[in-house]
Amino acid sequence: MIEEPFASGNSIIHRIDPRFRVAVAILVSMEAALLKDFRAMAFALAGSLALVFLARLDLFHVLKRLFSLVRFLVFVWLLIPLTYEGQAVYLFGPLAWSREGFLLCAQISLKSLAILLFFMALVSTMGLSTLGKSLKALFVPGKLVHLLLMTYRYIFVIGQEYDRLETAIKIRGFSPTTTLHSYKTYAYLVAMLFVKASIRAERVHQAMILRGFRGRFYSLDTFTPSYRNWIFFIAMMGLFIGTLFLERGSVWPITIRF
Amino acid sequence: MHVSEGVLSAQMLAAGGVIAIAGTAVGLKKMNYERVAEVGILSSAFFVASLINVRIGVSSAHLILNGILGLMLGWAAFPAILVALILQAVFFQFGGLTVLGVNTVIMALPAVISYYLFSRMLFNAPRIAATAAALSGFLSVLFSGLLLGASLIFTEESFFEMVCLIVGANFPVMVIEGIVTAFSVMFIRKVRPEMLPGYVK
Repeated sequence: MIEEPFASGNSIIHRIDPRFRVAVAILVSMEAALLKDFRAMAFALAGSLALVFLARLDLFHVLKRLFSLVRFLVFVWLLIPLTYEGQAVYLFGPLAWSREGFLLCAQISLKSLAILLFFMALVSTMGLSTLGKSLKALFVPGKLVHLLLMTYRYIFVIGQEYDRLETAIKIRGFSPTTTLHSYKTYAYLVAMLFVKASIRAERVHQAMILRGFRGRFYSLDTFTPSYRNWIFFIAMMGLFIGTLFLERGSVWPITIRF
Repeated sequence: MHVSEGVLSAQMLAAGGVIAIAGTAVGLKKMNYERVAEVGILSSAFFVASLINVRIGVSSAHLILNGILGLMLGWAAFPAILVALILQAVFFQFGGLTVLGVNTVIMALPAVISYYLFSRMLFNAPRIAATAAALSGFLSVLFSGLLLGASLIFTEESFFEMVCLIVGANFPVMVIEGIVTAFSVMFIRKVRPEMLPGYVK
């Protein structure tokens, strides 16, 4: 059900300090989300593609993960030019496709693609426990990080519980239809999942107390300082400032217009 | 329900981020370390359950379940949903980093509202409790749709027609969420009532 095809690897990107990667990913995706100039968007997208290439991600998985985005974009391209007001470029009976609508679609496509590729190359290339530790280093509250790791840990367990329950209803001849009985069955399935989760939570909590839990997770991976991190950082700042330059025509003032 | 990357204006992204941080801060404050295991594992269950597809006529939709999560967790629904969204981003690339705040608000704010509106009625007579639960499921998805619509319309007024289409198309989902939430809550009330707020032994 759930896989992490990019988490382990030995590329240049995988070896960069995860804290640097998370911080830079936040910075460049925020910037990409605010762009309005097509050259700047193309530059950001090129940067994200270069990162995906450098991280040596498996192309098949990259495309598979872009599927839900592509489905959304198809919907956008079909709907927005028709409903968006602006100068009509094509008329068909009462329907009008607007030029501004098409431009907006292109903008959404470039930006969302760039942002998702940044995320894939920089954040999905680490395991969840490393992500948790990096977030903590970047001043995310410890309790939230703890919650993230806890949720991650139990998704797989609860996923197996779900599989078991699903097998049980299938073996009793259930096939989904649009009937009240069907929805009731799903409701009990969901409720049973929550009940099992709650019972498990109680046991887990007791086990944690028993082992002297005091609200801290001790992580075994360490961040090793290296000159590579700084080279990566400078390169990414180059991307950031280059994009800014294309967007605004100058790098000063650095304030991003709201 | 998700807003995708690259659509919203800077103001909307910033507003979503600020509200999400505030809500998460309140949620974290109300959730002491005693409850982290409970909230975390319920959040995993929410993540798994929201992958379930149900049939609607010839089409299908996945469950959202923010109403029932709100009833069980109250303000802790904010951090729980934020965490589930981070995991969805990591696993399925349903969204990236910049819409995390907005999407958290879209899902979690209705959950908290449903907690304040309906959590006191869950141990009343079965008929009242079931109605309250059904309304909580229905309205949570409706509010989520309206918040999503608002974020789009404040970005571009021209999105109005599209928003009407999206909210309208989600009406069957709201009805199904209402039915599923009602049956789920009544089941939990029988099997493990201490999971619901307002339970006295």
